[in-house]
Amino acid sequence: MLKIDDIRSGSHLAGARLIRLIEDNEPSAIELLKSLYANTGKAFIIGITGSPGVGKSTLIDALIFQFRELSKKVAVIAVDPTSPYTGGAILGDRLRMQRHATDPDVFIRSMASRGQTGGLSRAAKDATTVLDAMGFDIIIIETVGAGQAQFDIASLAHCVGIVSIPSSGDGIQAVKAGILETGDIFIVNKSDTPDADLSFIELCGMLEMRQSREFLRTLPPGLPPKTDNGHPTWQPKVLKTIAQDGTGIKELTHTFLSYLDFMKKNNLLKSKQKTQEKLYFKTLLKDLILEKINGFMDESKYVETALNDIQLNITDPISAAQHVVNKTIGHKIKE
Amino acid sequence: METKNKIRVLIAKPGLDGHDKGAKIVCLALRDAGFEVIYSGLHQSLDQIIRTATQEAVDVIGLSIMSGAHLPISEKLIAMMNKNGLGDIKLTVGGVIPNRDIPTLKEMGVAQVFPGGTSFDKITTGMKLLFK
Ligand SMILES: Nc1nc2c(ncn2[C@@H]2O[C@H](COP(=O)(O)OP(=O)(O)OP(=O)(O)O)[C@@H](O)[C@H]2O)c(=O)[nH]1
Ligand SMILES: [Mg+2]
Repeated sequence: MLKIDDIRSGSHLAGARLIRLIEDNEPSAIELLKSLYANTGKAFIIGITGSPGVGKSTLIDALIFQFRELSKKVAVIAVDPTSPYTGGAILGDRLRMQRHATDPDVFIRSMASRGQTGGLSRAAKDATTVLDAMGFDIIIIETVGAGQAQFDIASLAHCVGIVSIPSSGDGIQAVKAGILETGDIFIVNKSDTPDADLSFIELCGMLEMRQSREFLRTLPPGLPPKTDNGHPTWQPKVLKTIAQDGTGIKELTHTFLSYLDFMKKNNLLKSKQKTQEKLYFKTLLKDLILEKINGFMDESKYVETALNDIQLNITDPISAAQHVVNKTIGHKIKE
Repeated sequence: METKNKIRVLIAKPGLDGHDKGAKIVCLALRDAGFEVIYSGLHQSLDQIIRTATQEAVDVIGLSIMSGAHLPISEKLIAMMNKNGLGDIKLTVGGVIPNRDIPTLKEMGVAQVFPGGTSFDKITTGMKLLFK
Protein backbone atom coordinates (compact mmCIF):
# COMPACT_ATOMS: atom_id res chain seq x y z
CA MET A 1 0.00 0.00 0.00
CA LEU A 2 1.34 3.43 -0.93
CA LYS A 3 1.84 5.83 1.97
CA ILE A 4 1.74 9.53 1.43
CA ASP A 5 4.49 10.11 4.00
CA ASP A 6 6.87 7.83 2.09
CA ILE A 7 6.38 10.00 -0.96
CA ARG A 8 6.83 13.22 1.00
CA SER A 9 10.04 11.86 2.48
CA GLY A 10 11.34 11.15 -1.01
CA SER A 11 11.14 7.34 -1.26
CA HIS A 12 12.00 6.41 -4.83
CA LEU A 13 9.95 3.25 -4.58
CA ALA A 14 6.81 5.00 -3.37
CA GLY A 15 7.15 7.94 -5.77
CA ALA A 16 7.77 5.69 -8.75
CA ARG A 17 4.76 3.55 -7.95
CA LEU A 18 2.50 6.54 -7.62
CA ILE A 19 3.67 7.83 -11.00
CA ARG A 20 2.85 4.41 -12.42
CA LEU A 21 -0.67 4.55 -10.97
CA ILE A 22 -1.11 8.01 -12.47
CA GLU A 23 0.09 6.79 -15.83
CA ASP A 24 -2.28 3.83 -15.76
CA ASN A 25 -5.16 6.11 -14.85
CA GLU A 26 -5.83 4.29 -11.58
CA PRO A 27 -8.44 6.03 -9.46
CA SER A 28 -6.39 5.47 -6.28
CA ALA A 29 -3.75 7.86 -7.61
CA ILE A 30 -6.17 10.79 -7.50
CA GLU A 31 -6.57 10.82 -3.72
CA LEU A 32 -2.82 10.69 -3.17
CA LEU A 33 -2.22 13.45 -5.69
CA LYS A 34 -4.75 15.65 -3.94
CA SER A 35 -2.94 15.47 -0.65
CA LEU A 36 0.46 16.01 -2.27
CA TYR A 37 -0.60 19.24 -3.87
CA ALA A 38 0.12 21.25 -0.75
CA ASN A 39 3.74 20.06 -0.79
CA THR A 40 4.51 21.36 -4.25
CA GLY A 41 5.74 24.61 -5.77
CA LYS A 42 9.34 24.37 -4.68
CA ALA A 43 10.94 22.65 -7.66
CA PHE A 44 12.39 24.46 -10.65
CA ILE A 45 10.98 22.78 -13.76
CA ILE A 46 13.11 22.86 -16.89
CA GLY A 47 11.88 21.70 -20.29
CA ILE A 48 14.36 20.40 -22.85
CA THR A 49 12.91 20.05 -26.29
CA GLY A 50 14.11 19.72 -29.87
CA SER A 51 14.04 17.46 -32.89
CA PRO A 52 14.94 13.76 -32.60
CA GLY A 53 18.62 13.06 -32.20
CA VAL A 54 19.87 16.59 -31.48
CA GLY A 55 21.38 15.39 -28.20
CA LYS A 56 18.71 16.20 -25.62
CA SER A 57 19.35 13.15 -23.44
CA THR A 58 23.12 13.53 -23.61
CA LEU A 59 22.70 17.18 -22.68
CA ILE A 60 20.48 16.31 -19.72
CA ASP A 61 23.05 13.76 -18.57
CA ALA A 62 25.64 16.53 -18.52
CA LEU A 63 23.22 18.93 -16.80
CA ILE A 64 22.50 16.40 -14.06
CA PHE A 65 26.23 16.22 -13.45
CA GLN A 66 26.51 20.01 -13.07
CA PHE A 67 23.44 20.33 -10.87
CA ARG A 68 24.77 17.56 -8.64
CA GLU A 69 28.03 19.51 -8.31
CA LEU A 70 25.85 22.26 -6.85
CA SER A 71 24.23 19.67 -4.53
CA LYS A 72 20.83 20.00 -6.18
CA LYS A 73 18.54 16.99 -6.18
CA VAL A 74 17.53 16.27 -9.76
CA ALA A 75 14.63 14.37 -11.29
CA VAL A 76 14.11 13.70 -14.99
CA ILE A 77 11.00 12.79 -16.93
CA ALA A 78 11.95 11.63 -20.40
CA VAL A 79 9.05 11.28 -22.80
CA ASP A 80 9.30 9.11 -25.90
CA PRO A 81 6.58 8.49 -28.46
CA THR A 82 4.26 5.50 -28.26
CA SER A 83 4.00 3.61 -31.53
CA PRO A 84 0.54 4.33 -32.89
CA TYR A 85 0.46 0.89 -34.52
CA THR A 86 1.40 -1.40 -31.65
CA GLY A 87 0.93 0.76 -28.56
CA GLY A 88 4.46 -0.17 -27.57
CA ALA A 89 7.43 2.13 -27.05
CA ILE A 90 11.18 2.02 -26.77
CA LEU A 91 12.19 4.32 -23.97
CA GLY A 92 15.82 4.95 -24.81
CA ASP A 93 16.61 8.31 -23.23
CA ARG A 94 17.67 6.83 -19.95
CA LEU A 95 20.51 4.94 -21.62
CA ARG A 96 22.45 8.22 -21.92
CA MET A 97 22.00 9.10 -18.26
CA GLN A 98 22.59 5.71 -16.74
CA ARG A 99 25.79 6.72 -14.92
CA HIS A 100 23.52 8.61 -12.49
CA ALA A 101 21.32 5.58 -11.79
CA THR A 102 22.89 4.82 -8.43
CA ASP A 103 22.92 8.39 -7.16
CA PRO A 104 20.21 8.49 -4.46
CA ASP A 105 19.54 12.16 -5.24
CA VAL A 106 18.83 11.54 -8.90
CA PHE A 107 15.58 10.05 -10.15
CA ILE A 108 15.05 9.26 -13.81
CA ARG A 109 11.68 8.19 -15.16
CA SER A 110 11.01 7.29 -18.78
CA MET A 111 7.49 7.83 -19.98
CA ALA A 112 5.72 6.78 -23.15
CA SER A 113 3.50 9.45 -24.63
CA ARG A 114 0.64 6.92 -24.87
CA GLY A 115 -2.46 8.74 -26.09
CA GLN A 116 -0.62 12.02 -26.66
CA THR A 117 1.38 11.38 -29.82
CA GLY A 118 4.82 12.81 -29.26
CA GLY A 119 3.65 15.20 -26.62
CA LEU A 120 2.88 15.63 -22.99
CA SER A 121 -0.12 14.21 -21.24
CA ARG A 122 -1.69 15.12 -17.95
CA ALA A 123 0.27 12.17 -16.56
CA ALA A 124 3.52 14.03 -17.24
CA LYS A 125 2.20 17.07 -15.42
CA ASP A 126 0.98 14.97 -12.49
CA ALA A 127 4.34 13.20 -12.37
CA THR A 128 6.05 16.57 -11.82
CA THR A 129 3.68 17.12 -8.91
CA VAL A 130 4.88 13.86 -7.35
CA LEU A 131 8.56 14.63 -7.95
CA ASP A 132 8.12 18.15 -6.59
CA ALA A 133 6.51 16.77 -3.44
CA MET A 134 9.33 14.22 -3.15
CA GLY A 135 11.70 17.14 -2.65
CA PHE A 136 13.61 17.38 -5.91
CA ASP A 137 15.11 20.84 -6.48
CA ILE A 138 15.25 20.51 -10.25
CA ILE A 139 12.87 18.61 -12.53
CA ILE A 140 13.97 18.26 -16.15
CA ILE A 141 11.45 17.16 -18.77
CA GLU A 142 12.71 15.84 -22.10
CA THR A 143 10.32 15.81 -25.01
CA VAL A 144 10.36 15.87 -28.78
CA GLY A 145 8.42 19.05 -29.15
CA ALA A 146 6.13 18.04 -31.97
CA GLY A 147 2.63 16.69 -32.26
CA GLN A 148 -0.71 17.15 -30.63
CA ALA A 149 -0.68 17.14 -26.87
CA GLN A 150 -2.68 18.22 -23.87
CA PHE A 151 0.24 20.30 -22.70
CA ASP A 152 3.04 21.83 -24.65
CA ILE A 153 6.30 22.08 -22.81
CA ALA A 154 5.92 25.81 -22.23
CA SER A 155 2.76 25.29 -20.22
CA LEU A 156 4.47 22.78 -17.95
CA ALA A 157 8.03 24.00 -17.52
CA HIS A 158 9.17 27.23 -15.86
CA CYS A 159 11.97 27.51 -18.36
CA VAL A 160 12.16 26.02 -21.84
CA GLY A 161 15.48 25.12 -23.43
CA ILE A 162 15.28 24.50 -27.15
CA VAL A 163 18.02 22.31 -28.56
CA SER A 164 19.08 22.48 -32.19
CA ILE A 165 22.16 21.40 -34.07
CA PRO A 166 24.37 23.24 -36.54
CA SER A 167 23.07 23.26 -40.08
CA SER A 168 22.38 26.13 -42.33
CA GLY A 169 18.67 26.77 -42.46
CA ASP A 170 17.85 25.04 -39.20
CA GLY A 171 16.97 28.37 -37.65
CA ILE A 172 14.39 28.96 -40.32
CA GLN A 173 12.75 25.68 -39.37
CA ALA A 174 12.67 26.78 -35.78
CA VAL A 175 10.57 29.76 -36.75
CA LYS A 176 8.30 27.67 -38.88
CA ALA A 177 7.48 25.40 -36.00
CA GLY A 178 6.74 28.48 -33.92
CA ILE A 179 9.18 27.46 -31.23
CA LEU A 180 11.16 30.65 -31.35
CA GLU A 181 8.39 32.22 -29.31
CA THR A 182 8.32 29.58 -26.58
CA GLY A 183 12.05 29.23 -25.93
CA ASP A 184 13.80 30.93 -23.02
CA ILE A 185 17.23 29.47 -23.69
CA PHE A 186 18.44 28.30 -27.08
CA ILE A 187 21.10 25.63 -27.23
CA VAL A 188 23.16 24.91 -30.31
CA ASN A 189 24.41 21.43 -29.42
CA LYS A 190 26.98 19.36 -31.37
CA SER A 191 28.90 22.57 -31.87
CA ASP A 192 31.90 20.36 -32.59
CA THR A 193 30.36 19.85 -36.04
CA PRO A 194 30.60 22.25 -39.04
CA ASP A 195 28.50 25.43 -39.26
CA ALA A 196 28.16 25.79 -35.48
CA ASP A 197 29.12 29.47 -35.50
CA LEU A 198 26.89 30.16 -38.44
CA SER A 199 23.88 28.57 -36.72
CA PHE A 200 24.69 30.42 -33.54
CA ILE A 201 24.76 33.76 -35.30
CA GLU A 202 21.63 32.92 -37.27
CA LEU A 203 19.72 32.09 -34.10
CA CYS A 204 20.94 35.24 -32.37
CA GLY A 205 19.72 37.26 -35.32
CA MET A 206 16.30 35.68 -35.26
CA LEU A 207 15.96 36.25 -31.55
CA GLU A 208 16.92 39.87 -32.01
CA MET A 209 14.08 40.17 -34.47
CA ARG A 210 11.75 38.54 -32.01
CA GLN A 211 12.88 40.98 -29.37
CA SER A 212 12.50 44.05 -31.49
CA ARG A 213 8.97 42.92 -32.31
CA GLU A 214 8.27 42.67 -28.61
CA PHE A 215 10.14 45.91 -28.01
CA LEU A 216 8.04 47.80 -30.49
CA ARG A 217 4.94 46.74 -28.67
CA THR A 218 6.16 48.36 -25.47
CA LEU A 219 6.06 52.09 -24.93
CA PRO A 220 7.71 54.46 -24.28
CA PRO A 221 10.64 53.59 -26.52
CA GLY A 222 14.19 53.73 -25.25
CA LEU A 223 13.49 51.80 -22.07
CA PRO A 224 14.13 48.10 -21.53
CA PRO A 225 11.23 45.99 -22.81
CA LYS A 226 8.42 45.66 -20.31
CA THR A 227 5.56 43.28 -19.98
CA ASP A 228 2.01 44.44 -19.47
CA ASN A 229 2.34 44.62 -15.72
CA GLY A 230 5.45 46.76 -15.91
CA HIS A 231 8.11 44.15 -15.15
CA PRO A 232 11.19 43.61 -17.26
CA THR A 233 11.15 40.50 -19.43
CA TRP A 234 13.75 37.77 -19.72
CA GLN A 235 15.99 38.20 -22.72
CA PRO A 236 16.39 34.81 -24.41
CA LYS A 237 19.94 33.51 -24.48
CA VAL A 238 21.79 31.46 -27.09
CA LEU A 239 24.54 29.05 -26.05
CA LYS A 240 26.80 26.61 -27.84
CA THR A 241 27.40 23.20 -26.29
CA ILE A 242 29.06 19.87 -26.92
CA ALA A 243 26.96 17.63 -24.73
CA GLN A 244 29.24 14.63 -25.21
CA ASP A 245 32.31 16.15 -23.59
CA GLY A 246 30.58 18.72 -21.40
CA THR A 247 31.74 21.83 -23.24
CA GLY A 248 29.47 24.76 -22.45
CA ILE A 249 27.35 22.84 -19.94
CA LYS A 250 28.56 24.80 -16.93
CA GLU A 251 27.50 28.05 -18.60
CA LEU A 252 24.20 26.46 -19.56
CA THR A 253 23.60 25.36 -15.98
CA HIS A 254 24.26 28.87 -14.73
CA THR A 255 22.04 30.35 -17.41
CA PHE A 256 19.17 28.16 -16.22
CA LEU A 257 19.79 29.24 -12.64
CA SER A 258 20.07 32.90 -13.56
CA TYR A 259 16.75 32.59 -15.38
CA LEU A 260 15.21 31.30 -12.17
CA ASP A 261 16.75 34.17 -10.20
CA PHE A 262 15.50 36.69 -12.70
CA MET A 263 11.97 35.29 -12.72
CA LYS A 264 11.83 35.22 -8.94
CA LYS A 265 13.30 38.68 -8.45
CA ASN A 266 10.81 40.22 -10.83
CA ASN A 267 7.86 38.29 -9.48
CA LEU A 268 7.42 36.63 -12.87
CA LEU A 269 7.65 33.05 -11.69
CA LYS A 270 4.53 33.43 -9.58
CA SER A 271 2.50 34.79 -12.45
CA LYS A 272 3.80 32.12 -14.79
CA GLN A 273 2.82 29.44 -12.29
CA LYS A 274 -0.63 30.97 -11.99
CA THR A 275 -1.17 30.85 -15.73
CA GLN A 276 0.00 27.26 -15.85
CA GLU A 277 -2.23 26.31 -12.94
CA LYS A 278 -5.20 27.75 -14.75
CA LEU A 279 -4.46 25.64 -17.81
CA TYR A 280 -4.05 22.54 -15.65
CA PHE A 281 -7.35 23.21 -13.96
CA LYS A 282 -9.13 23.61 -17.28
CA THR A 283 -7.59 20.42 -18.64
CA LEU A 284 -8.67 18.56 -15.52
CA LEU A 285 -12.14 19.96 -15.84
CA LYS A 286 -12.38 18.78 -19.45
CA ASP A 287 -11.07 15.35 -18.52
CA LEU A 288 -13.51 14.94 -15.65
CA ILE A 289 -16.45 16.09 -17.72
CA LEU A 290 -15.43 13.77 -20.53
CA GLU A 291 -15.18 10.86 -18.11
CA LYS A 292 -18.70 11.54 -16.91
CA ILE A 293 -19.98 11.84 -20.44
CA ASN A 294 -18.33 8.60 -21.51
CA GLY A 295 -19.96 6.84 -18.57
CA PHE A 296 -23.27 8.41 -19.53
CA MET A 297 -22.98 7.29 -23.14
CA ASP A 298 -22.43 3.72 -22.00
CA GLU A 299 -25.46 3.67 -19.76
CA SER A 300 -28.06 6.24 -20.75
CA LYS A 301 -31.40 5.07 -22.06
CA TYR A 302 -31.64 8.28 -24.12
CA VAL A 303 -28.57 7.24 -26.07
CA GLU A 304 -29.94 3.78 -26.64
CA THR A 305 -33.29 5.08 -27.87
CA ALA A 306 -31.58 7.59 -30.12
CA LEU A 307 -29.39 4.90 -31.68
CA ASN A 308 -32.47 2.80 -32.29
CA ASP A 309 -34.31 5.70 -33.90
CA ILE A 310 -31.39 6.38 -36.21
CA GLN A 311 -31.26 2.76 -37.26
CA LEU A 312 -35.01 2.73 -37.96
CA ASN A 313 -34.66 5.93 -39.98
CA ILE A 314 -37.03 7.72 -37.62
CA THR A 315 -34.49 10.50 -37.25
CA ASP A 316 -31.11 11.61 -38.54
CA PRO A 317 -27.93 11.34 -36.43
CA ILE A 318 -27.55 15.11 -35.99
CA SER A 319 -31.06 15.67 -34.67
CA ALA A 320 -30.77 12.60 -32.49
CA ALA A 321 -27.55 13.82 -30.89
CA GLN A 322 -28.99 17.31 -30.34
CA HIS A 323 -32.07 15.78 -28.78
CA VAL A 324 -30.04 13.71 -26.31
CA VAL A 325 -27.92 16.70 -25.33
CA ASN A 326 -30.98 18.92 -24.81
CA LYS A 327 -32.77 16.25 -22.80
CA THR A 328 -29.83 15.67 -20.49
CA ILE A 329 -27.09 18.23 -19.94
CA GLY A 330 -27.98 20.90 -22.48
CA HIS A 331 -29.99 23.12 -20.16
CA LYS A 332 -27.50 22.75 -17.33
CA ILE A 333 -24.66 24.07 -19.44
CA LYS A 334 -26.66 27.08 -20.62
CA GLU A 335 -27.36 28.21 -17.09
CA MET B 1 -6.18 4.80 -27.25
CA GLU B 2 -5.85 2.11 -24.62
CA THR B 3 -3.90 3.30 -21.63
CA LYS B 4 -4.45 0.56 -19.09
CA ASN B 5 -2.63 -2.73 -18.68
CA LYS B 6 0.51 -1.66 -20.45
CA ILE B 7 3.42 -3.88 -19.48
CA ARG B 8 6.63 -2.04 -18.66
CA VAL B 9 9.79 -4.08 -19.03
CA LEU B 10 13.42 -3.32 -18.23
CA ILE B 11 15.93 -5.10 -20.45
CA ALA B 12 19.31 -5.15 -18.75
CA LYS B 13 22.70 -6.67 -19.43
CA PRO B 14 24.58 -7.27 -16.22
CA GLY B 15 28.31 -7.76 -16.05
CA LEU B 16 30.95 -7.69 -18.69
CA ASP B 17 29.18 -9.05 -21.77
CA GLY B 18 30.74 -7.48 -24.83
CA HIS B 19 27.85 -6.64 -27.12
CA ASP B 20 24.14 -6.00 -27.00
CA LYS B 21 22.86 -6.58 -30.52
CA GLY B 22 20.64 -9.46 -29.37
CA ALA B 23 19.22 -7.48 -26.43
CA LYS B 24 18.41 -4.52 -28.69
CA ILE B 25 16.56 -6.73 -31.14
CA VAL B 26 14.56 -8.24 -28.28
CA CYS B 27 13.67 -4.66 -27.25
CA LEU B 28 12.27 -3.99 -30.72
CA ALA B 29 10.30 -7.25 -30.72
CA LEU B 30 8.80 -6.37 -27.35
CA ARG B 31 7.87 -2.89 -28.53
CA ASP B 32 6.15 -4.38 -31.55
CA ALA B 33 4.24 -6.65 -29.18
CA GLY B 34 2.94 -3.57 -27.32
CA PHE B 35 5.36 -3.40 -24.40
CA GLU B 36 6.93 -0.25 -23.03
CA VAL B 37 10.59 -1.14 -23.08
CA ILE B 38 13.34 0.50 -21.07
CA TYR B 39 16.81 -0.42 -22.19
CA SER B 40 19.57 0.46 -19.77
CA GLY B 41 22.63 -0.51 -21.78
CA LEU B 42 25.68 -2.67 -21.30
CA HIS B 43 27.69 -3.43 -18.17
CA GLN B 44 24.96 -2.83 -15.64
CA SER B 45 25.74 -3.46 -11.99
CA LEU B 46 23.03 -5.20 -10.00
CA ASP B 47 22.63 -2.01 -7.99
CA GLN B 48 21.98 -0.06 -11.20
CA ILE B 49 19.43 -2.66 -12.30
CA ILE B 50 17.61 -2.51 -8.96
CA ARG B 51 17.47 1.27 -8.90
CA THR B 52 16.43 1.50 -12.53
CA ALA B 53 13.64 -1.02 -12.01
CA THR B 54 12.53 0.97 -8.96
CA GLN B 55 12.47 4.37 -10.64
CA GLU B 56 10.91 3.08 -13.82
CA ALA B 57 8.23 1.10 -11.94
CA VAL B 58 8.55 -1.83 -14.30
CA ASP B 59 6.50 -5.02 -14.17
CA VAL B 60 9.27 -7.26 -15.33
CA ILE B 61 13.07 -7.29 -15.51
CA GLY B 62 14.53 -9.20 -18.46
CA LEU B 63 18.18 -10.08 -17.97
CA SER B 64 20.34 -11.00 -20.90
CA ILE B 65 23.39 -12.99 -19.79
CA MET B 66 26.01 -14.48 -22.07
CA SER B 67 28.84 -14.86 -19.60
CA GLY B 68 27.80 -18.12 -17.98
CA ALA B 69 27.27 -16.41 -14.63
CA HIS B 70 23.44 -16.61 -14.82
CA LEU B 71 23.09 -18.68 -11.64
CA PRO B 72 24.95 -16.45 -9.16
CA ILE B 73 23.65 -13.25 -10.86
CA SER B 74 20.02 -14.35 -10.72
CA GLU B 75 20.30 -15.51 -7.15
CA LYS B 76 21.87 -12.27 -6.01
CA LEU B 77 19.44 -10.09 -7.96
CA ILE B 78 16.39 -11.90 -6.55
CA ALA B 79 17.71 -11.38 -3.03
CA MET B 80 18.23 -7.68 -3.77
CA MET B 81 14.78 -7.36 -5.33
CA ASN B 82 13.18 -8.79 -2.22
CA LYS B 83 15.25 -6.54 0.03
CA ASN B 84 14.32 -3.43 -1.96
CA GLY B 85 10.58 -3.93 -2.07
CA LEU B 86 10.57 -5.26 -5.62
CA GLY B 87 9.47 -8.77 -4.72
CA ASP B 88 6.37 -8.43 -6.87
CA ILE B 89 8.36 -7.73 -10.05
CA LYS B 90 8.87 -10.70 -12.37
CA LEU B 91 12.33 -11.73 -13.46
CA THR B 92 13.15 -13.43 -16.74
CA VAL B 93 16.57 -14.60 -17.86
CA GLY B 94 17.75 -15.05 -21.43
CA GLY B 95 21.03 -15.64 -23.18
CA VAL B 96 23.45 -18.54 -23.08
CA ILE B 97 21.66 -20.80 -20.59
CA PRO B 98 22.28 -24.57 -20.59
CA ASN B 99 19.08 -26.61 -20.31
CA ARG B 100 20.25 -28.27 -17.10
CA ASP B 101 20.24 -24.90 -15.32
CA ILE B 102 16.63 -24.05 -16.14
CA PRO B 103 15.06 -25.95 -13.20
CA THR B 104 17.56 -24.36 -10.79
CA LEU B 105 16.69 -20.89 -12.09
CA LYS B 106 12.96 -21.55 -11.79
CA GLU B 107 13.41 -22.81 -8.25
CA MET B 108 15.19 -19.58 -7.35
CA GLY B 109 12.15 -17.65 -8.53
CA VAL B 110 13.00 -16.80 -12.12
CA ALA B 111 9.63 -16.62 -13.84
CA GLN B 112 10.72 -17.50 -17.36
CA VAL B 113 13.93 -18.66 -18.97
CA PHE B 114 14.66 -17.93 -22.63
CA PRO B 115 17.74 -19.89 -23.70
CA GLY B 116 19.66 -18.82 -26.80
CA GLY B 117 17.67 -19.51 -29.95
CA THR B 118 14.26 -18.88 -28.36
CA SER B 119 12.11 -17.18 -31.00
CA PHE B 120 11.04 -13.58 -30.42
CA ASP B 121 7.49 -14.75 -30.58
CA LYS B 122 8.09 -17.15 -27.69
CA ILE B 123 9.77 -14.39 -25.69
CA THR B 124 6.99 -11.86 -26.16
CA THR B 125 4.16 -14.31 -25.54
CA GLY B 126 6.10 -15.80 -22.63
CA MET B 127 6.39 -12.36 -21.06
CA LYS B 128 2.73 -11.58 -21.68
CA LEU B 129 1.67 -14.87 -20.08
CA LEU B 130 3.22 -13.70 -16.81
CA PHE B 131 0.45 -11.13 -16.53
CA LYS B 132 -2.55 -13.17 -17.54
N1 LIG C 1 29.22 15.19 -32.23
C1 LIG C 1 28.36 15.27 -31.21
N2 LIG C 1 27.47 14.29 -31.00
C2 LIG C 1 26.59 14.40 -29.96
C3 LIG C 1 26.61 15.52 -29.10
N3 LIG C 1 25.63 15.37 -28.18
C4 LIG C 1 25.03 14.19 -28.45
N4 LIG C 1 25.61 13.60 -29.52
C5 LIG C 1 25.24 12.30 -30.13
O1 LIG C 1 24.01 12.43 -30.79
C6 LIG C 1 23.28 11.21 -30.72
C7 LIG C 1 21.88 11.45 -30.18
O2 LIG C 1 21.98 11.87 -28.84
P1 LIG C 1 20.76 11.81 -27.82
O3 LIG C 1 21.20 12.47 -26.57
O4 LIG C 1 20.22 10.46 -27.73
O5 LIG C 1 19.72 12.73 -28.61
P2 LIG C 1 18.18 13.02 -28.26
O6 LIG C 1 17.89 14.38 -28.76
O7 LIG C 1 17.94 12.75 -26.82
O8 LIG C 1 17.47 11.92 -29.16
P3 LIG C 1 15.94 11.45 -29.06
O9 LIG C 1 15.59 11.29 -27.63
O10 LIG C 1 15.93 10.17 -29.81
O11 LIG C 1 15.14 12.52 -29.74
C8 LIG C 1 24.11 10.29 -29.86
O12 LIG C 1 24.84 9.42 -30.67
C9 LIG C 1 25.01 11.22 -29.10
O13 LIG C 1 26.20 10.60 -28.71
C10 LIG C 1 27.58 16.55 -29.35
O14 LIG C 1 27.66 17.59 -28.67
N5 LIG C 1 28.41 16.38 -30.42
MG1 LIG D 1 16.55 11.45 -25.95
